[in-house]
Amino acid sequence: MSDTKKGFPLPSSIKVVPGTEEAQAAYPYYTQFEPEDDEKFWFYNSMHFPEPMHHFDMITAEAAYVAMGAFNTRVHVLPTAKGVDHRIINGRVYIGGVVVTDPDEIAERTAEFQQRAFYYYEHWERLYDQWKDKMKTLIADAQALPSPSLPAYEPLETITEGDAVPASHDLLKIYQQQVEGYHRMWHHHFEFLLLGYGAYMTFFEFCKNAFPEISDQAISRMVAGMEAEIFRPDEEVKRLARRAVELGVDHHFTDDMNIDDVLADLDKLGEHGKKWLGELETSRNPWFNVSSGDGFYHYHRSWNDDLSLPFAALPGYIEKIKAGENVERPTEQLIEEREQLVADYRDLLDTEEDKATYDQLINLAHRVFPYVEGHKFYCEHWYTNLFFNKIREFGRLLLAHGFFGPDGVEEDVFHLTQYELESAIVDLMLSWGVGTTPRGVKHWPAIIAQRKATIEEWGKHSTPPALGNVPDAIDDPAINMLWGITRENLDSWLDDGTENLKELKGFAACSGVVEGTARVVKSVSEIGRIQQGDILVCQVTNPTWSPIFQKIGAAVSDIGGSMSHMAIVAREYGLPAVVGTGKATTRIKDGQRIRVDGGKGTVTILDDEPVLEDA
Amino acid sequence: MSDAVAWFADVGIKDRPTVGGKGGSLGELTQAGIAVPPGFVVTVAAFETFLEALEAREPIRPMVEALDPSDHGAATRLSEQLRERVMEEPMPAEVEQAIMAAMRELCPDGEPVAVRSSATTEDAEDASFAGLQDTFLWVLTPEDMAHRVRECWGSLYSLESMTYRRKQGFPEGQVAMAVVVQQMVDAKCAGVMFTRSPLTGDKSVIAIEGAWGLGSAVVSGEVTPDKWVMGKITGEISQRDISDKHARQIPAEGGGIVEVENEDDIRSAPCLTDEELEGLRQVGRRIEKHYGKPQDIEWALDKQGNILLLQSRPETVWAAKDAEAKPVSKPVDNPMAHVMNIFGGRK
Repeated sequence: MSDTKKGFPLPSSIKVVPGTEEAQAAYPYYTQFEPEDDEKFWFYNSMHFPEPMHHFDMITAEAAYVAMGAFNTRVHVLPTAKGVDHRIINGRVYIGGVVVTDPDEIAERTAEFQQRAFYYYEHWERLYDQWKDKMKTLIADAQALPSPSLPAYEPLETITEGDAVPASHDLLKIYQQQVEGYHRMWHHHFEFLLLGYGAYMTFFEFCKNAFPEISDQAISRMVAGMEAEIFRPDEEVKRLARRAVELGVDHHFTDDMNIDDVLADLDKLGEHGKKWLGELETSRNPWFNVSSGDGFYHYHRSWNDDLSLPFAALPGYIEKIKAGENVERPTEQLIEEREQLVADYRDLLDTEEDKATYDQLINLAHRVFPYVEGHKFYCEHWYTNLFFNKIREFGRLLLAHGFFGPDGVEEDVFHLTQYELESAIVDLMLSWGVGTTPRGVKHWPAIIAQRKATIEEWGKHSTPPALGNVPDAIDDPAINMLWGITRENLDSWLDDGTENLKELKGFAACSGVVEGTARVVKSVSEIGRIQQGDILVCQVTNPTWSPIFQKIGAAVSDIGGSMSHMAIVAREYGLPAVVGTGKATTRIKDGQRIRVDGGKGTVTILDDEPVLEDA
Repeated sequence: MSDAVAWFADVGIKDRPTVGGKGGSLGELTQAGIAVPPGFVVTVAAFETFLEALEAREPIRPMVEALDPSDHGAATRLSEQLRERVMEEPMPAEVEQAIMAAMRELCPDGEPVAVRSSATTEDAEDASFAGLQDTFLWVLTPEDMAHRVRECWGSLYSLESMTYRRKQGFPEGQVAMAVVVQQMVDAKCAGVMFTRSPLTGDKSVIAIEGAWGLGSAVVSGEVTPDKWVMGKITGEISQRDISDKHARQIPAEGGGIVEVENEDDIRSAPCLTDEELEGLRQVGRRIEKHYGKPQDIEWALDKQGNILLLQSRPETVWAAKDAEAKPVSKPVDNPMAHVMNIFGGRK
């Protein structure tokens, strides 16, 4: 570390992109930077929010930080860290940890923490079973919410049943229940998360101390769960591929298929086609409730909403199955391998004391890991998808009542903040009752048009990875674990100006050296461009992209630490991967030849000049 | 003389007093089913027979014991004198016949051998001692071999070797030497392997170094070898450093070795494939399991790519540090308390 204090730009030096001031001002007042924020250190949460936020989608950040803060500060009582503060500028979410430094307060919080956290660890299985029940109830409640609609006249039952509360009231009730449910989901999300990661990281650190050169991948393989929900969607695609072959309908699935046509053809085909469609339904509920992004944006649709991702994987799997390959996960064999790995590393420890500690820690890691791997399916995928689809229903209703103008679409609803949306709903309730035209019809179309343009504009501007002076230490386990941010990698972000432009460094997520054509993919809709053997370069990857892992040679991401889901899944699939490179998607041009060294954590650009796509 | 020769297949580590450390280790590996080029040991008994004949003419051991190690001039004179006597004394006939017969049996088609000294004392595992003895490569005939055996014996009376013994106060009566005679591989590439990290002592990795040609270039440090680090258990290759290997050592036509320039196309090419590295890892693990401790191994790949083991001895540098090592993590009764390492903040 050098003596000169290095730092990032101060928050006050970051200007709102000219012409977007109104859209910026529409975010809640408590998310706007203020002068005092220059005293703090902030980093761009590009791991969760890599793209400018639509105004409605800000609810994800808000609900998540409400819940995370409450759990860190007041439920688990982490000794040295409270919650995470957030700000938004130009659609980008910056966050900063709130650390505890007063030794007396730390001591007090430590006593509380041990009492609380240890109870969780000791009763983990029971509490996690209970957690799954809670999540399933929450999901069922959300599914049971009716679609919002307004009749011309209340049905007669309103009179005969003596239930004289008109439909307009239900709009408010459904909306508020859905927002309440989303917040509740995020509380469930954080009930175990930090404790789970913490136990896992404890084992991780022990291994790093005992075996200084052990790879992250080896540790992950010792811990990896075998039946985590998050692997299930991909397993279902494999199962469907196998069933297609068994039923003799596999020739319907080709790389250039039109999914609707295929479904219609199969329906007409008779018994075997119908049988396969039945299998598809079985898989869809619940396993296709998985988001093709990470579920944080409304446009991260689920497989159920858009079948293109699972269907894109079918031809490849079918080909392998026909070649006699068993593509389904050999769970028992994987468990056996994992146990062998655990035993082999144990044998390398010198002392009985260490062996005892190792046993304690691996047991704890195995206990917590089903949550660490599994929670995403229920929270970020299934529930979030239900939530955004419910908001879409409001979009449809508002569109029908003219709120988005003649050229509007239901998706326009996501240009309103959650508070604006509630006011639009109240506007609609009023006008429906009063018998007038909603004021929103004149109010919203211009604002929506402006915000559309703004989001597009913001997307063209890059934003600094961090703001403010770098603190001496990042003593916040949440930030270390969830974002992989340490003092060391901040220094390397700052060193960016002097580094080799042809080489990017990141976390070595999964070893192996591969050269290939870079396919820079900014969203799941571009997945069709990926050819066999390409190297996937993306901002952040997600386990639900795993069906395309069979196609690609390696994966590179801007964001993610060794605990990121990308890293976990890459290791699971043995796919060479480098995560957390910071700027792979901006530095690497689509079509360039690159070399990925997943063992060293380096990505090298091999071409001198960017290769232009002939698109 | 029947006990002048011991075949690898018949000896093990426990036979160190008669076949030396190197001979015992190669025997042990052979018995454990590891691919070791075949060979035999010219035993301590053969050396003793020779030395008895020499002592009968004029004492040797008392002269060494009387040596003042700080008297450089006297030590130099004694070394010259004793080495000359070793080289001039005819080898006892029964020893010479036995070892030459063994070589003819070992090398029916005139295969070349390596002749390497094999010290008998525990201390000889110390590199500073082991390095004082001689190795002769690509020895072509039984006559040459017998001559090299005698040179190995003579190396006991080198200036460095005698001075070392005197400084350590080593009883000269216990000084003896065996000599290993082993079929030699015309290696495609060769090198060393440590079954723990030389850098951190980490026992979960294997470090492999190798270069084109005979291993002598790597061991002597004349070529910067390629280096790899592999997960001992997982086999993943976490580090690859492929160096510019300017030259290699190969057998010389009339015996011995010669250094030649490497052709451009192989200089910067890795000398081992991933499959070969995996093969080495498996052999390294087997040997380590056999001995129950990390090993320092010399290996070679023959022209067909078969892995052959030339030497294995316990790793010593980190082993010495292990003795003082504390547990990685302070033991606690409540396993939950370990998580405070993460949640408790930096100490």
